[in-house]
Amino acid sequence: MANLFPNIDWMDLLLATGETLYMTLVALVGTLVLGTVLGLLIYLSAPGNLWENKIVYLITAGFVNIFRAIPFIILIFLILPLTVLLFGTFRGPTAALPALILGSAPFYGRLVEIALREVDHGVIEAAKAMGAKTSTIIFKVLLKESMPALVSGLTVTAIALIGYTAVAGSIGAGGLGDYAYFYGFTRRDMDIVYVCTLLIVFIVFIFQFIGDVITKKIDKR
Amino acid sequence: MIVIDQLSKIFKTNEHELKAVDDLSLSIEKGEIFGVIGYSGAGKSTFIRLINRLEEPTSGTVEIEGQNITGLARHDLRVKRQEIGMIFQHFNLLWSRTVEENIAFPLEIAGTSKANIKVRVQELIDLVGLTGKEKNYPSQLSGGQKQRVGIARALANKPKVLLCDEATSALDPETTDSILALLVDINEKLGLTIILITHEMHVIQKICHNVAVMEAGRIVEQGNVLEVFTHPKKPVTKKFVEQVMGKPNDELTDDLLIEHISDGHVLKLTFVKETANQAIISEVAKHYDVDINIIQGNIKQTQEGAYGSLYLQMTGDLSAVEQAMQFIRSTSVDVEVIAHG
Repeated sequence: MANLFPNIDWMDLLLATGETLYMTLVALVGTLVLGTVLGLLIYLSAPGNLWENKIVYLITAGFVNIFRAIPFIILIFLILPLTVLLFGTFRGPTAALPALILGSAPFYGRLVEIALREVDHGVIEAAKAMGAKTSTIIFKVLLKESMPALVSGLTVTAIALIGYTAVAGSIGAGGLGDYAYFYGFTRRDMDIVYVCTLLIVFIVFIFQFIGDVITKKIDKR
Repeated sequence: MIVIDQLSKIFKTNEHELKAVDDLSLSIEKGEIFGVIGYSGAGKSTFIRLINRLEEPTSGTVEIEGQNITGLARHDLRVKRQEIGMIFQHFNLLWSRTVEENIAFPLEIAGTSKANIKVRVQELIDLVGLTGKEKNYPSQLSGGQKQRVGIARALANKPKVLLCDEATSALDPETTDSILALLVDINEKLGLTIILITHEMHVIQKICHNVAVMEAGRIVEQGNVLEVFTHPKKPVTKKFVEQVMGKPNDELTDDLLIEHISDGHVLKLTFVKETANQAIISEVAKHYDVDINIIQGNIKQTQEGAYGSLYLQMTGDLSAVEQAMQFIRSTSVDVEVIAHG
């Protein structure tokens, strides 16, 4: 092992993997919350839906479209002042979280909106005819009926997030991207780049696998 | 009793207005099965949605048992809707819930306790004949079974009215019949008022007491089902009656009968509200010295008895034939001699 990868410090690698997982999971939770809220707002305020409202629709849809249009590496620079204000630094995995969440929540928000649009309008009508409150329709009909699409959307988002953590690594966020860039690429120790790549691919596969299993289990259509 | 007064719904698009329901007034008795029939675009679907305000009326009122539905505030309307069951053409079940969870949904909305939900759901499952399917998901059920879940769900909160929006239109004829039988059963057992809309006259014929025919947002003809069947007035009604009875000229003409039948009498028996369920033909054959040959018949069962006509060839002694005819006249069936050879 030591001959094959002469430059790797296994403790550093373990730490970097932990940082990648930390950034991905925490940002994923943030993305889930913010993205779901955004997706719901766009869907509900759209013409003909429960909370039809042009202003809310334009603001949320505009927010999502703008933030999805900004390349992630530029987004990181753009919100640097905010990051510094929040954490006092822009280095380290925690400081990367705002950028990660802002980068992926609009993406997930769109996926949520698409998933909600797929819910049969007749089912919503049936719930209304039963006298359901709007909150009941949101939580027990809309979100539950679209759950497989929400989970597979979250899987896709998680994988995109893993990629984002590596990008954030290049400005010192920590994690496998950071390790591969600063310890591997800049020193031309390519074995570090290869191992980090393998690990990232492995993590992506695990996320995809978990997502697929859950989607399959909850899809009763 | 449901009173609908001058109800209108106008859809406005940029260019023009569409009067989907146009100044419609109607009253429906408690406990009856009331059918509204019309072609697509007649406004019947909008009409039934106005009753529970899935569509907001442009003007007019709907009153259910003395309570004005059209005047209710949002919260009160939600509570009131729990007393109005509704079933749909495409069932509209939640696919993520099992049969029992689907039926439990309206009970959850009404805030019923878990223990009571359990008891009530089982009652409903037994009522609609889905025992054993409790844990199945809708995707594992046939169309007829899905509609049974829909019916159980609509009945969960013990509604006073059941609205049926083309409830059998997506089902095959056999399944349609079993669902209609279930609706009649519920109507009789629970004394539930049922309002159904359909484009199929046989649905009206089989289960409705009263019917209204809709065209271009208005009711053009209305009355007791048998009355409408026997004396349709408007062209659209005549067309619907033809759906089940066939065209009038499908019936034998006298010329044809005389041509083909050389022997005995040709009789036309007319059944209107025949409810005695007597075995008229076999009675005649047993008690009178005549031979009977059935030529053609078209008899439909409605909620108020049989309706239609039957052509017979009767051969035998003239006096025996006359006695037999007299016997038939003594029942509620009418006889007419079309030809004699």
